[in-house]
Amino acid sequence: MFIGGSMKLKVKKVQRIDGVRESFYFPAIFSGLRLTVKHFWRNLFGSKDVVTINYPEEKRHVSERWRGRHRLTRRDDGFLSCVACYMCETICPSKCIHIESGEHPDLSVEKYPVVFNIDELRCVFCGLCVEACPKDAIRMDTGIISMAYTSRETFDFTRDLLRDNYDPKAHANPKYGDYDLPSPSSQEEALPNSQGVPAT
Amino acid sequence: MEIILEIIMIPAVLATIKILVIILMFAMPLGTVLTLMERKWSAMIQDRVGPNRANIGKFTGHGALHLAADGLKSIFKEDTMPKGADGFLYLIAPFFGLIAGVATFAIIPLAGPIGDFTFQVTDIEPGLLFIFAITSLSVYGAVLAGSSSNSKFALLGGTRAAAQMISYEVFMGLALMGIFMVYGTTRVSGIVDGQNEYWFGNLIPMWGVFTQPLGFLLFFTALVAETKRAPFDAPEGESEIVAGYFLEYSGMRWSAFMLAEYVALVGVASLITTLFFGGYHIPWLHLWESAPQWLVTIMQVIKFSIFTLFFCWFQIQLRWTVPKFRFDQTMSLGWKKLLPLSLVNVIVTAFVILAFA
Repeated sequence: MFIGGSMKLKVKKVQRIDGVRESFYFPAIFSGLRLTVKHFWRNLFGSKDVVTINYPEEKRHVSERWRGRHRLTRRDDGFLSCVACYMCETICPSKCIHIESGEHPDLSVEKYPVVFNIDELRCVFCGLCVEACPKDAIRMDTGIISMAYTSRETFDFTRDLLRDNYDPKAHANPKYGDYDLPSPSSQEEALPNSQGVPAT
Repeated sequence: MEIILEIIMIPAVLATIKILVIILMFAMPLGTVLTLMERKWSAMIQDRVGPNRANIGKFTGHGALHLAADGLKSIFKEDTMPKGADGFLYLIAPFFGLIAGVATFAIIPLAGPIGDFTFQVTDIEPGLLFIFAITSLSVYGAVLAGSSSNSKFALLGGTRAAAQMISYEVFMGLALMGIFMVYGTTRVSGIVDGQNEYWFGNLIPMWGVFTQPLGFLLFFTALVAETKRAPFDAPEGESEIVAGYFLEYSGMRWSAFMLAEYVALVGVASLITTLFFGGYHIPWLHLWESAPQWLVTIMQVIKFSIFTLFFCWFQIQLRWTVPKFRFDQTMSLGWKKLLPLSLVNVIVTAFVILAFA
């Protein structure tokens, strides 16, 4: 293509090393061989320089701030902290949280989630639900960074499956429902049972 | 029993047995294991772990099962042929390289002769000229594969392979000329026995690498270029022309190309050992006069194998050290530098022999 005569082309001069030493390649090859042979022998006896982490067997440290799989926190008495306020469901950009609230027999607990489902396949792990929660009831600090299961259903985590560090692969039958809460007839009868959700 | 022994001692039968033993028990297994070793060793060079996943239950054998996995995979893979390919040539091309690589072992002695029995398939008079003829044949594999694939990249790779191998053959012969002059023969057993002499009493063995140091460097370079391995792997050129001449192949035929490469690698290593590192001769062994024959033979096979293994390792190390030459660099290195150097080597050797002999 013709470029106007007044325009000056910018040419970058590359510094090249010439001469006999370079043109026969042997000195450069030998200095390269020195390096690779050093690494080879060091790794042949004891793998001193190997930086690979054999992933499924070895896991690297996961930062506490890493947004992994969710978990539902519990109060001191073992009951869920969640009060079913729908904050997380509202803010969730991928609409992966589904909550149904229910009235708890213990009157000191106003509401609790009868259903708390998270579809981990839809989740984008943005962490907005954790920020929105007024009760610190949902966290993403399980350290579970890879969820690889063989069926879609396994990714539907229900309320009790969102226990701390629950791993579906470790169970023969990974899908089980939420436990029913006891339905006491009076407040006095309910109080000792306020640990409604079994902590197993 | 005697009849069996008589049948075995028929020259043709004996040669067949030797071929089978040397190729099936030395060349092919070593070449096959090297396909895995290259991956393991390159991993060590690059601070990685290398293949270690293939397993039967808990047993992985540090990656040894990858060999079986690779073999099974290639057998069961579909053998594809592109549309418009030249069928017959396309189908036979992979085996040219393999045959050429295997034929190298016809003249390589694994140990010294016991009486009339030699540990060598045949000790023909032309000797190394036979090797030159055979390595020239291996270029057919690349060229036929490239031209019959009906693919532009494969054709480019085939052309590059042809140009490169023919150019490097020129000074491969010239580099060995010095060896012929020093030992005065092209017969392999003569060259090997010539390296059993010593300089300054019993001080330095007259190995080819000491009598012909420049010839060794040139011949080694030429052989590495002949096997089309890095730094001379422009015919494959995975960064430019995908896989070069064997781009269209799959399954067992692709494996034949791979196996040919590694058998050629073993061939190069054993040729270098035979011609430049005393072959099977163990230096200074003649000082131990009462050595039993069987022990000497075993030690000779071991010495030969160790040197061969070392040069296999060295070629792999070289491949993972040196970046690829551009194709024009390959050609200018061959024609403008190594060819004049090998001519100088021949002339200097001739003058030295004239002066001292």
